[in-house]
Amino acid sequence: MSAFFRIFSRDVRLAVRQGSALTMTLSFFVIAVTLFPLGVGPELSILARIGPGVLWVGALLACMLTLDRIFQADYEDGSLDQLMVGTLPVELMVLAKILAHWLTAVVPLIIITPVLAITFNMPLDSLGVMALSLLLGSPVLSLIGSVGAALTVGMRRGGVLLSLLVLPLYIPVLIFGVAAVEAAIALLPAGSHLLLLAAFSAGSLVICPIASAAALRLAVE
Amino acid sequence: MAVDLHRFANPARFMRLTDAIFPWSLGLTVLLLASGLYYALIASPQDYQQGETVRIMFVHVPAAWMALSVYSMMAISAAVGWIWKHPVADLSAKAAAPAGACFCFLALVTGALWGQPMWGTYWVWDARLTSMLILFFLYLGYMAIWEAFDDQSKAAKAAAILVIIGAINIPVIKFSVDWWNTLHQPASVATMEGPKIHSSILTPLLLMAGAYTALFVTIFIIRVKAEILDRRLRIMRMNQVQEKGLKG
Repeated sequence: MSAFFRIFSRDVRLAVRQGSALTMTLSFFVIAVTLFPLGVGPELSILARIGPGVLWVGALLACMLTLDRIFQADYEDGSLDQLMVGTLPVELMVLAKILAHWLTAVVPLIIITPVLAITFNMPLDSLGVMALSLLLGSPVLSLIGSVGAALTVGMRRGGVLLSLLVLPLYIPVLIFGVAAVEAAIALLPAGSHLLLLAAFSAGSLVICPIASAAALRLAVE
Repeated sequence: MAVDLHRFANPARFMRLTDAIFPWSLGLTVLLLASGLYYALIASPQDYQQGETVRIMFVHVPAAWMALSVYSMMAISAAVGWIWKHPVADLSAKAAAPAGACFCFLALVTGALWGQPMWGTYWVWDARLTSMLILFFLYLGYMAIWEAFDDQSKAAKAAAILVIIGAINIPVIKFSVDWWNTLHQPASVATMEGPKIHSSILTPLLLMAGAYTALFVTIFIIRVKAEILDRRLRIMRMNQVQEKGLKG
């Protein structure tokens, strides 16, 4: 277990010390979301209507941009090979890296989301559900994304392929995440949507590390 | 497992088997497609509400069935290829993908053309349409990942991981019309109480489904054979180059 936490804290420390990566992801999220009021027009009723969807899509794209960070650098400097021959099973090693990615790349997005939601004129009551839906659903983004990242790890032009592989699998999370927030805005119970999001997270927590580990073994063999 | 899968892992034996099946599947395709199209487009009655547009169904529904079945078949053969290191299974998953993608595209396009007169719009974002669109993207991603690797055996494994994870979408599509109450009508042929449609419509529909299946088998055999021959050709070329290198 200590090996698990050591890999986790190593990845977190690497991400924090390379602070620029974190601020760049956040700025991308903010800028991408800012484009919508400019593109659609500043009418508050429309913004409140599209807000949940825009924030979810923005978070999803920002998360996707950071996926290559999970394995790419370690693959290039050879430390991935070292980690894979270590005592920790590859599946757990992958899970530690995924958790570190979620904590450093996705959680900051969730923290800033309520501020952006207010600029979209979303009702204050729905902000909690918005953050909660992201909190429950976004682990799926890191987990599924890790499979795509592992599959494309050795490729020269993996970025475009990564989005083609990963985005179709993100769609169910997006649908239920937005549905939860819209239910909350309409003062309907959002519980069932949130439960489904949690179920997605739990399910992919089981499947994705195994698939990523299989893909990584393929990449380094 | 009772069937010894490795018997068909030998490409030569596989080719002999498919050579024997091919004329039959080709003949069946022509026969079923001709009779199915005749019954579907000419002999079957108009719908009392939908008029002539009901005939789109005979093209649309079997295509959607095939899109789902082909993907399931790809997932199964990819799993077989992964577990038993079965080379022909990998190739068969690869060979089926473009055909499945075409069926999926056909289902989406004919669905849109049918939706315009019936629902008043080409496209709605309901559960079944969206999940079929996701299936189409999964097909595209699968084909893209085969192209992305130079090493064919690595590509086969990477594609297998992707297609097996994507297979989670298949039951979602199948039951989307039961789970969510959407514009697309629920299943009406394969239900627990038996088919809910009249035999004058059901017969051409099943004929068309048979024709699509036979067509798929025919295309599939051609494509798998082409894949096997392509691989042989590459090995022969490599041997040739090596021999030249040894002599020179």
